[in-house]
Formats: sequence, C-alpha cells, structure tokens
Amino acid sequence: MRITQGTFSFLPDLTDEQIASQIEYCLGKGWAVSIEYTDDPHPRNAYWEMFGMPMFDIRDAAGVMTELNACRKTFPRHYIKVNAFDSTRGRESLRLSFIVGRPAEEPGFGLERQEGPGRSVRYTTRSYATERPQGERY
Amino acid sequence: MRVLDETKRAKSGAARYRPGVLKYAQMGYWNPEYSPAATDVLALFRITPQEGVEPEEAAAAVAGESSTATWTVVWTDRLTACDRYRAKAYRVEPVPGSPGQYFAYIAYDLDLFEPGSIANLSASVIGNVFGFKPLKALRLEDMRFPAAYVKTFAGPPTGIVVERERLDKFGRPLLGATVKPKLGLSGKNYGRVVYEALKGGLDFTKDDENINSQPFMHWRDRFLYCMEAVNRAQAATGEIKGTYLNVTAGTMEDMYERAEFAKELGSVIVMIDLVIGYTAIQSMSRWARRNDMILHLHRAGHSTYTRQKTHGVSFRVISKWMRLAGVDHIHAGTVVGKLEGDPNSVQGFYNVLREGRNPQDLQRGIFFEQDWAGLNGVMPVASGGIHAGQMHQLLHYLGEDVVLQFGGGTIGHPMGIAAGAIANRVALEAMVLARNEGRDIWNEGPQILAAAAKDCAPLKAALDVWGEVTFNYTSTDTPDFVPTPAVA
Repeated sequence: MRITQGTFSFLPDLTDEQIASQIEYCLGKGWAVSIEYTDDPHPRNAYWEMFGMPMFDIRDAAGVMTELNACRKTFPRHYIKVNAFDSTRGRESLRLSFIVGRPAEEPGFGLERQEGPGRSVRYTTRSYATERPQGERY
Repeated sequence: MRVLDETKRAKSGAARYRPGVLKYAQMGYWNPEYSPAATDVLALFRITPQEGVEPEEAAAAVAGESSTATWTVVWTDRLTACDRYRAKAYRVEPVPGSPGQYFAYIAYDLDLFEPGSIANLSASVIGNVFGFKPLKALRLEDMRFPAAYVKTFAGPPTGIVVERERLDKFGRPLLGATVKPKLGLSGKNYGRVVYEALKGGLDFTKDDENINSQPFMHWRDRFLYCMEAVNRAQAATGEIKGTYLNVTAGTMEDMYERAEFAKELGSVIVMIDLVIGYTAIQSMSRWARRNDMILHLHRAGHSTYTRQKTHGVSFRVISKWMRLAGVDHIHAGTVVGKLEGDPNSVQGFYNVLREGRNPQDLQRGIFFEQDWAGLNGVMPVASGGIHAGQMHQLLHYLGEDVVLQFGGGTIGHPMGIAAGAIANRVALEAMVLARNEGRDIWNEGPQILAAAAKDCAPLKAALDVWGEVTFNYTSTDTPDFVPTPAVA
C-alpha cells in the first residue's frame, strides 16, 4: 500500500526540483518550513518527530533542502514530510504539508473490530510496522 | 440640512401621538440625518414600492414593521424609550439599472435583539415585513453586525483551521462526494459507495439532504455500514476519512439520538439540513461543540427565497446568520456547476464565510464592512454538477479552504467509484502543485490536467467523458454594481 497523507501523495514522488519549488512558494508567503519524520505513520499520530526546529529564519529553499538531505541521510527508511507554518492571526497553523520520503515497503494498517451490542463495532486501526520497536520498523 | 416635505418629516410632541394613522416617516422611522452608531445592527433592503408610494415612506415602513411600529399610532409608545427603539431608515438610493427598485439602509439599536439568537434576529428583520402591502417586493440584501453582537454567538464549533488539524489535511481543497442515487439504496449498498469513494481518495462522502430514515434504509443501518466503510478506508489509505451522517429528523429528540449514535461509532462529522430551522441549528451547534464534532449544513430549501433578486433574503445574509449560529460547513455555490451561482456573488458568500474581516466590496455584493471579532470561519462546500475537468476553474474561483464535492463526477466514472475518486484527487493535487510552482492555471489548466492524466488512466477517462461538460446559463442572483463603481 501507499500511505496517502499529505498534499501530494497521489502524484508520482516529487523530484528534488519540485520539492524546492514548493518550498520557494511557502517561503514567498512568509511561512516557516519544518521537517518531520516518523516510523509510526498512524493517521492519528499528530506528533511526528521534529528534525530540528521550524526554520523561521531560513529564507531560501536551498537551505531547507540541505536540512532535508541531512534528514534523509539520518533516517533513510522513515516517513519524512515538509510542513509550512503560517503564524498569521486566525490561521496559526500549517498551510502545506507533504510527504517527501517514505520506506520502500509500506506494510500499511490492519483493522481490528470489537463487536458490541446492537451490531455496533469499535474499530482500531493498527499499524503493522509498529509491532516492532521504534527504529527497527522499516 | 435637507428640508423634508411634511409627509416625510417626523412629527413630535402631541402631534406625533394624536390617535389615528400617520405615515411611517411621520412616525419617525425615516431619518436621513441619522448617523449609525458602531453598536447598531445595520440592514440593507432592496425595496420595490407599489405605484405611488414614495421610496422614503416605503423604507420607513420597512424600518417600522421590522422594529416597533404597528399600522396606527399607539400612546403606549410613550411608556418606552421609543426614539431609541425605533429602527431608522437613514438612506435610500435607486438600484443601478433597475428602475422602481431602491436600496434602503436601516439601523437598529442593539437592545432590540436577544443575544445569541438567530430566531429572534430573523423574527425582527424578516418577521412581518415581507408581506407588507405597500411593497410589491422586498429583499434583505446584507447585514452588518457589531462586534458586541457577534460576541454573543459561539460560532462554528470546529472552524476551518481546527478541522484541517483534526483531519491532518492542508494546502488543498478537501474532496467529497454525495452518495448517489440519493434515495433507494439499502444500507449495505450505500456503504459500498462510501467505501469505494473514500478508499479511492476522497476525504469525505455525504448523505444527501433528504436521506434520513426511509423504508429502504433505516438511519441506524446506514450509520453502521457507513462507519465500517470509513474505518476500512482509513486503514487502506492511512488517512483520516469522514462521512457526513445526516441526523436531520422530525424532532430534536430524534436528532440528538442520531447524533449520539454517530458519536459512539466514532464519526468525525454529522450533518443537518437548513430546513430544520435556526433554533434547531443552534442546538445542534451546541451539541457539536460539546462533542468535538464537525457540523455540516446542507442549505436545503434556500433557493425558495435566495434566488430571485427582487424578493427574499440574499444567501450572503444566510451565510452570515449561519456563521453566527455556528456550523462548520455550508453549501455556498460552485460558480461552474449545475446550480445557480454568479462568480462575484459566490465569491462574496465565500468571503463572508471564511475571512476574519470583510471590507465593503460592492462588486461581490458586500455592502457593509464586517469584523467577525475572532469568530471561526466556516468551510464553504461546492457541490452540484462539477467534475475533474473544471479543477483549474474551481481552484481559481474558490481557493483552498473549500470542500469540492463531486457526486456524479465520482460515482458516474466509467471505471468505477474508486477510479472516479482517484481522478478527482490526482487532478486536484496536480493543479495545486502547478499553482504553487507559479503556473498560470487559469490558462494552462487543461494542459496541466492532460499531463497529469498521462500517469493516471482514471483521470484520462474522466476528462474523456466530462471534459467538455459545462452549464453556461445566465445567473439570476448577480451583484448590482459592475467593476469600477462610484461608491456613494
């Protein structure tokens, strides 16, 4: 399977040139770009690990790409995403978030059902990868 | 100071309260000298007076009948601070290009309204006055609410920003589809459509406005099958998915029961129809806020009073009321689809729903500056006759904070429902990518889609089937001001 979180997961994997172009767009809007990675891509995992702080003061895409390449080197088999944060009043949230790195094999998720009364079911989405300890998952 | 003739000037003292009938202007409801206070509620009406009725008197009548007046003088006015409670028509001007129609500006004191009640507000401003005989037609075009009044409403229980954070979806419009056929499917078959569409790549599916609890599908059955579909699709994609479970019912008790069941099953969103009424909407908004639920509103019925320009209530007013009442989604037009929607008018509705502050914008039909005083934004929903081939136009007109709903454009796909969903999602992501890269999507849109279709057979099939489908009809609800207006 292919996890389709993030803004561009339905497109072929973006090239570095395409990634840099998106980062330029974000920086042009005044947003702060950050890089996050995880080996627990559960849809409700709100807190991927931060690869450093959001780059509030980096104003060119090349600087961000340097950081991204460092992240890829350190975590070659993790999911990696690029986020852009907008601190404008009333937004104060992400404006763009897209996956730029993923493991070669994505085992995906199983669905567990706990049957309850009246045909109701309590569902649990379980990541196959997280059965193994952190750092040994992909 | 303008000298008013006798029939348009307010009488004072004993002459004002002599028993009998006075013109509304003479009763004090027309006051061209009045300068609206920052705390006044303002309304702009389009009035079409009967032959022989002066526009100022018609405007005064609207002010009177929507505030304190009755048809004759009553001495009991003098037991109140009646000068203050009288609404004041303070400006009347002809509608550009529409002989016999006038814009009437009316100011209402804030104390005329109960805090936090759309029912009370609407009972005043559209309560009696729309049937008033001296007017041929009447339309409420726009309203301005002072911050003090806005703050008496809790507004959308979730709001655009928090909805995106909960769903973990940023930087693109959300995608949805209404399950079709809207009536007749069994619960099991209905859930199949939901599963295929969500697994394929949509973020949301949706019950239609009139799918409640019918002989072919009981509501409980629908909810159970739909949540199986949602959870299956989440596991298949790793994304948060939702389906708007319509909890509309005949009584509040039934609606609460259905909403509670949706919550127990883990749904992130429930849905109501506009026809349940303003108070029911506000009640469901409170429920949604208490239960961390996104609240979707289908504007069922609105065209009966929003579409014709001379009579009714503009949808921009309904948009403002619903933002105050507190819904998270509202259908607000597509521009390019099968349903009514002039581009400027629709953009006006979207701005009213989404922005923190609306400047006056006559081209888009916005007559008053409105500060939303920190109230959450409502996510507009574009639904009705739209397809992947229009993606560049949709993104251009409607922007990013919108749910694009392709019902027929997903379910009618020649390769199946999931393929239809893939086509829409690929078209959308390709268009956002291109826009962010600085491409001119308005002009290059078709080429961008064609290029994306090279890697995506479902998109190619969608473009082959629907690429040329358009709905080019003249809109009825258009702004009255053309570009470069002289703003009075």
